Amino acid sequence: MLSFSSLLLALPPSIAQGIIWGIMAIGVYITFKILDFADLTVDGSLALGGAVAVMLILQGMSPAMALVFSTIAGLAAGFMTGILNTVLGIPDILAGILTQISLYSINMNVMGKSNAAVSIDNYNLVVSLRYINKSIGVGLIFLAAIIVILYWYFGTEHGMTIRATGCNQAMARAQGINTGIAKVVGLSLSNALVGLSGGLIAQYQGNADVNMGRGAIVIGLAAVIIGDVIGEAVLGKHLNFAGRLIFAAVGAIIYYIVITFVLWLGLPSQDMKLFSAIVVAIFLAVPYLRGKSISSFRRAAKKGAQN
Amino acid sequence: MLEIKNIYKTFNKGTINEKKALNGISLTLEDGDFCTVIGGNGAGKSTVLNAVAGVWPVDAGQIILDDIDVTGIPEHKRAKYLGRVFQDPMTGTAATMQIDENLALAMRRGQRRSFKWGVTKEERERYYEALKEFDLGLETRMSVKVGTLSGGQRQALTLLMATMKKPKLLLLDEHTAALDPKTAKKVLDLSDKIIREEHLTAMMVTHNMRDAIAHGNRLIMMNEGKIVLDIRGEEKKNLTVDDLLQKFEEISGEEFSNDKALLSRN
Repeated sequence: MLSFSSLLLALPPSIAQGIIWGIMAIGVYITFKILDFADLTVDGSLALGGAVAVMLILQGMSPAMALVFSTIAGLAAGFMTGILNTVLGIPDILAGILTQISLYSINMNVMGKSNAAVSIDNYNLVVSLRYINKSIGVGLIFLAAIIVILYWYFGTEHGMTIRATGCNQAMARAQGINTGIAKVVGLSLSNALVGLSGGLIAQYQGNADVNMGRGAIVIGLAAVIIGDVIGEAVLGKHLNFAGRLIFAAVGAIIYYIVITFVLWLGLPSQDMKLFSAIVVAIFLAVPYLRGKSISSFRRAAKKGAQN
Repeated sequence: MLEIKNIYKTFNKGTINEKKALNGISLTLEDGDFCTVIGGNGAGKSTVLNAVAGVWPVDAGQIILDDIDVTGIPEHKRAKYLGRVFQDPMTGTAATMQIDENLALAMRRGQRRSFKWGVTKEERERYYEALKEFDLGLETRMSVKVGTLSGGQRQALTLLMATMKKPKLLLLDEHTAALDPKTAKKVLDLSDKIIREEHLTAMMVTHNMRDAIAHGNRLIMMNEGKIVLDIRGEEKKNLTVDDLLQKFEEISGEEFSNDKALLSRN
């Protein structure tokens, strides 16, 4: 049943979803690109943000205020990973995995069960899939505010210590920067955004689930990488820092549009995560393989034989 | 003034790879001293510099900089007293950041980093003037990423970063070894000029005996984690490469083969 109108109808919701997940993508950008830290906390901190938001709303807190606590909860999760890594010396990926796994139990405890729902009928939620246009508008306001704040922050003396740490730790230390603190701050900031994104996603879909963050890091990476490739293609040399953040969010939107498209083409939804993983693998592999093809042993042998 | 008092450092203690890198080093540098450090591979030259910079804590002994005991101060806090240039041109700068941003990071060494703008307009003008004196054409390219610069340009930039905010001690760790001879000479001359003009106290590790003799007012030679030769003043001025080789043989009692020591005569 490939009807074009059904595809068009599915577009606005996927854009709204992309914008909300775009906030998470910007969080992933901070760790993956700026801090050079493969942070797997994300899967857990996204669900944590969602669980916290839903439970607080059910307790009677305003949905907007609940997002503040989602953000703080995410920040605490990132802080934990930072401490595991810098104070206890646990390698990047493992530190993130440990926090992520522990968050599964924490999220179960937060909700008391594996999922919890908040209905738009009973609560004045900030975003909801029932009001797509409003959700897109609210999402864009969040994105714009976050991009402005991050653009400012990473231009300050403080923000520059995080960029320097991500780029070259020996240099950072030689210039008097405490690289441990810089990593903890970067991870906290990143996961605060992921937590906020989780809170918004839970409100948007009307429920939180312990498994809602599964594979979030892959979506985040996909968004960052797709955004980077497109940003470079569109703006080239003029792609500045704000542009990169914007394109990380654009990457998330494109990701969801592509997902909607392949679902429309008839890909079973259970194969979605496989598809996402393949997309990320391809985008990561292309630059590497291109470099290899320019300078490969096989080519060297061929050239050598010709002469 | 730098006072190194009887410091020891052993790496991988208790393992098959145990290496006694520093074996009771003592050294006092007066203000304005420019001390060159030579010695064979594994003699402990770079290790001394790293000990002073606080890359790791020493096992025993004391390091005192201008009456401040820095022995227990970690690397990033000790950094405010030091300027450092490394052997690898990639180490001293942040490749993904702009030239002016790198300089701005260095200018704030030892200061609290606030939420003020990271590079101000006024300081950019100052960097412009400073880079212009270096005569590398970098002053007009200040918003270029450092990763696009050549090794020599990066080393010169690192040198400026290390000295623009006057350090109590400048540590040059074979900072010209990775450069081509022409660029190496330029960076070395620049280092010498800055040290003299700013009246800096400095230590420079080098593999090159001629450079070690031609620069600075003091020369130490290291072997097996100890200082085996310490030459200064008039004696250093009249020193030749052959003198140096002969002195080493006298002291260490072994043939000073260039191969083993990896020292170059020219």
